[in-house]
Amino acid sequence: MTIRESGNLVERLFWGIGSALVVIYSLLPVAWIVSLSLKRSADLGDNRFIPHVISLEHYQAIFHDPQFSAALGNSIGIAGISTLAAVILGMFTAYAVVRLEFPGRRLIMAGALSIAMFPPVSIIGPLFNMWRTFGLYDTWAGLILPYMTFTLPLAIWTLSAFFREIPWDLEKAARVDGATPMQAFLRVITPLAAPGVFTAAILVFMFAWNDFLFAISLTSTNDARTVPAAIAFFTGSSRFEQPTGSIAAASVVVTIPIIILVLVFQRRIVAGLTSGAVKG
Amino acid sequence: MSRRVHAEHRLAWMLCAPAVIAMLLVTAYPMLYALWLSLFRYDLRFPDERHFIGLDNYLSVLSSETWWQSLFNTLVITTGSVAIEFVLGMIFALVMHHALVGRRVVRTTLLVPYGIITVVAAMSWRFAFDPTTGFVNVLVGLDGSWLAERWSAIFVIIQTEIWKTTPFMALLLLAGLTLVPGDVLRAARVDGANAWQRFFRITLPLMRPVIMVALLFRTLDAFRIFDTVFVQTRGAQGTESVSIVGYDALITRLNLGLGSAVSILIFLCVLAIAVVYIKGFGIDLSRREQP
Repeated sequence: MTIRESGNLVERLFWGIGSALVVIYSLLPVAWIVSLSLKRSADLGDNRFIPHVISLEHYQAIFHDPQFSAALGNSIGIAGISTLAAVILGMFTAYAVVRLEFPGRRLIMAGALSIAMFPPVSIIGPLFNMWRTFGLYDTWAGLILPYMTFTLPLAIWTLSAFFREIPWDLEKAARVDGATPMQAFLRVITPLAAPGVFTAAILVFMFAWNDFLFAISLTSTNDARTVPAAIAFFTGSSRFEQPTGSIAAASVVVTIPIIILVLVFQRRIVAGLTSGAVKG
Repeated sequence: MSRRVHAEHRLAWMLCAPAVIAMLLVTAYPMLYALWLSLFRYDLRFPDERHFIGLDNYLSVLSSETWWQSLFNTLVITTGSVAIEFVLGMIFALVMHHALVGRRVVRTTLLVPYGIITVVAAMSWRFAFDPTTGFVNVLVGLDGSWLAERWSAIFVIIQTEIWKTTPFMALLLLAGLTLVPGDVLRAARVDGANAWQRFFRITLPLMRPVIMVALLFRTLDAFRIFDTVFVQTRGAQGTESVSIVGYDALITRLNLGLGSAVSILIFLCVLAIAVVYIKGFGIDLSRREQP
């Protein structure tokens, strides 16, 4: 405990007001978009925080819009499969890097790190051209591949940070008892590694769910267009009104899963985000 | 080399192979392909006119006003947002570190901007600053159309970036703050150091490695800004970022040659930023891993 022990009333009040301001700043725009999504179309311009009349018309509209339902399905499927793939490949790599002595270990970690810094816009042109040739343009696989690749560094670094904390003597014991390296990995270590794996999965999922650049560059129809791309290109029910209400409702719908994820797993997310940065 | 060592190497390579192959195939190969394409006149609308032109694409990009303006915008957005969110993030981290009540509440709410989709964040702030659907004008007593004018639009873009990414900064800095030993701070207090002195002379120097890593990753991230600009202005009013210029050349105008030259230039900028941080500020990345 640092200076907190001696915190007097003034100090406490100071930090209390500080906390309140942080909370208001973080939630204000979210509250506003929730309020917009519940207003009737006619009230959208009334600048009031509490809607005059609460109406669900925008929610009904977006769920009747085939474009949005398709995008929601695509987002869930693509982000889910990318997460699974990145975490599995990341697990193999992190295990090898943490546990095995082999030449090229540092090269792999450095390569992963440089991909984490890599600007995605630098490869959308070539990918666009390659995907059209291979028939991957506007398909799930066409997005899963780049998502998996760009989240592999995140998965590898997070997982290795967690794997270093595992009591590996248990593995040695299993090896002494006659298990092969593969058996030791699957039977003994996997259960111990589960929390770290879970953390990596959440972070990877959030990346894939969030991506916009690949989604608008490598898709063109409802076949693979994800939610962020669909929201940006919303046309609304009629061409003559600005689809503010629909965009607000769609934004709220796709934000809810993330808020739930964040509320339920906040400890893991914070641990995963900071695991690497502070431990030498 | 003993057989056991040999088997261990083979297992290691087998375990790493899928990830390494994926990373080479989806980043290294397209990058080289982009380098190759950038040397050609290659427009997908006129694919038959493809021919080698050497460095001409680079010359036309480097002599265009759009590129330099977008680079300037990107640097303004990057410096502005990273500098402000570092200060703000530090304040947030201190609030979380010191607040007795509500520390958990603050941490949880901070994760909301972090977790929200960037496109949604950009939309929220676009609506918030909008004269008809927003609240900002009412709040500050102005009557401006923020996104219709260059500098106010850049202000809104920076503001959105700060809101979205300060939580990341704050959480990293909070983790760094908890590493500062409490007895050192107490000893300094006994010796008569005031709160400012304790913060600037003890806390900040001890947090330096964490701060540098956080700044490096946020700078590189901010330099790639695309989503927010695309949603809020789509590059109108002279607010294009370099990523927007690249996207427009490649995907909107299907000019793969010219667009690839832009891509390579962006890559070189990112490389330069990373080198400046790592060599200039002496960050030892091999010892510190980072999400």
